Amino acid sequence: MTQLALVIDLNVCVGCHACVTNCKEWNTSSPTAGPLSDLNPYGADPTGTFFNRVQTYEIGEFPDTETLHFPKSCLHCEEPPCVPVCPTGASYKRKEDGIVLVDYDKCIGCKYCSWACPYGAREFDEHHRVMKKCTLCVDRLYDATLAPEERRPACVRACPTGARLFGDIHDPDSEVSRAIREQGGYSLMPEWGTNPANHYLPRRKTRIRLHADELERADNPLKIDRQLPQPGKAEPSLDDVTSW
Amino acid sequence: MRPAFSVIFLTTLIGAGQGLFLALFTVESYAAFGLLPAQEAAFYAQGAAVAFALLVLGLVASFFHLGHPERAWRAVSQWRTSWLSREVIVLPLFMGVVLVYGLVHGLGLNPVLARLPSAAPVTLSAIVGVIGTLLAFALFVCTGMIYACLRFLREWHTPLTVINYILLGGASGFVLATALAAYGESEHARHLLGAWALILTALAFLGRWASLVRNARLKPKSTLQTAIGIKHPKIVQKSMGMSGGAFNTREFFHGKSAIVLRRVKVFFLVCAFFLPAVILMAALAGLGDKLFFFAFVMQYLGLIAERWFFFAQANHPQNLYYQVVS
Repeated sequence: MTQLALVIDLNVCVGCHACVTNCKEWNTSSPTAGPLSDLNPYGADPTGTFFNRVQTYEIGEFPDTETLHFPKSCLHCEEPPCVPVCPTGASYKRKEDGIVLVDYDKCIGCKYCSWACPYGAREFDEHHRVMKKCTLCVDRLYDATLAPEERRPACVRACPTGARLFGDIHDPDSEVSRAIREQGGYSLMPEWGTNPANHYLPRRKTRIRLHADELERADNPLKIDRQLPQPGKAEPSLDDVTSW
Repeated sequence: MRPAFSVIFLTTLIGAGQGLFLALFTVESYAAFGLLPAQEAAFYAQGAAVAFALLVLGLVASFFHLGHPERAWRAVSQWRTSWLSREVIVLPLFMGVVLVYGLVHGLGLNPVLARLPSAAPVTLSAIVGVIGTLLAFALFVCTGMIYACLRFLREWHTPLTVINYILLGGASGFVLATALAAYGESEHARHLLGAWALILTALAFLGRWASLVRNARLKPKSTLQTAIGIKHPKIVQKSMGMSGGAFNTREFFHGKSAIVLRRVKVFFLVCAFFLPAVILMAALAGLGDKLFFFAFVMQYLGLIAERWFFFAQANHPQNLYYQVVS
């Protein structure tokens, strides 16, 4: 069984919101499901519907703090609590690829699914009067008119740092499965047993360990070849006088 | 959670309607077994009419909660998994049975169909009443389970939620039935129903108080650490990812201070339980029949506050992600 998902590398995300704007652009201009409406966009109190948000957290206490940018969208849970509560069947999980979707034509706008989601992944569209959520750009994934590299979610396409990976987490050889396995991928609020498909890769300390002899050209074979006695390290070597 | 008045009116109105129907059938059952003089058919017919009106008003209120009320019929489809769907099925069924019950009494179409070994008559209305009673309890369970089944809304995820929906609805229904019995000048029924109304109000108080004590002791299962997966004791949110607010900041926060919440709690404890009980006792002691209706109105206002508090007190785990506007 396929389970498509995003894997978001928190070590790489720089909090630029490109995924947010590209998601909004694609999903608001969708001829079938758009617009992803805004209320009062040019007024004093603008607000709107989004599938994706990038939040910012400060970890630690000054001066030992780190900034965490945290993109948050529907996690496409493998045990989605929002699906069984829907009275109309508008909220459903696709068997073929595991994407959790809302059928906008069936949704009665009772908001019960949003109560049933511990992550706050669903947003009610005040214009369409139905519940909306991330679709993993299902209208891109299978669109044969798009170039193969474009058949990925808009947020993944937009990320300038490559912090968003996309793929099938049930395929053990996929890029996302490997990333989860090898880089300590974790899911959010595991205590509720929702088994989210989307995973996050933790922040890592990037350190290079150098030994003193690595700072010197101690192992330079061109110097070792010289006649004894060994010349001083400051003296010119063949590297300095010859252009290769 | 932000309390939605459509849902507050839905749950309180149908609760009173269900309780009233149960009260009517309680009187009929007592009468059938000779524990109470037979009541006039008009008492049951009027009571059923009031119960039906309450149920209709509740149903109308529920439509204001929907983004697309014209599609509400679709909500009957997922009864296998959704308590909301089950409520949508049981409510109209129950309304139909209440209507039939009222018509059976009102039109005098109430033949004795059989007799129990004790010679107690089994009338048509008794059979309708038993079906209605089962549906009334089924509806209470459905309404309560809509909230109790959401496991991470821990204030609701307890059997007390269902028990309290039954007791609170039952109490308000029996208080209203007492008032109707007083209006119908039925001395025996008034005292029977008044006694049950006091008992149910007392039980409802105990149930609600138990849930308040339970909820005050709840320790949150989700924390900001589990929400974002960073195991550090000190994490502060700096941005929610938007400046203009979102559905997430509107739907899940009541926006009232802790003082307001405390006052609402005191208000509903006094108005839904203590004052109606005192007024009811005064009315039963013969200090005026109008007091019966006053007791119901007082209790109903208290229950609106109770339901508001019920929603406001529920702390949704998604709120962990929405702690600061910037």
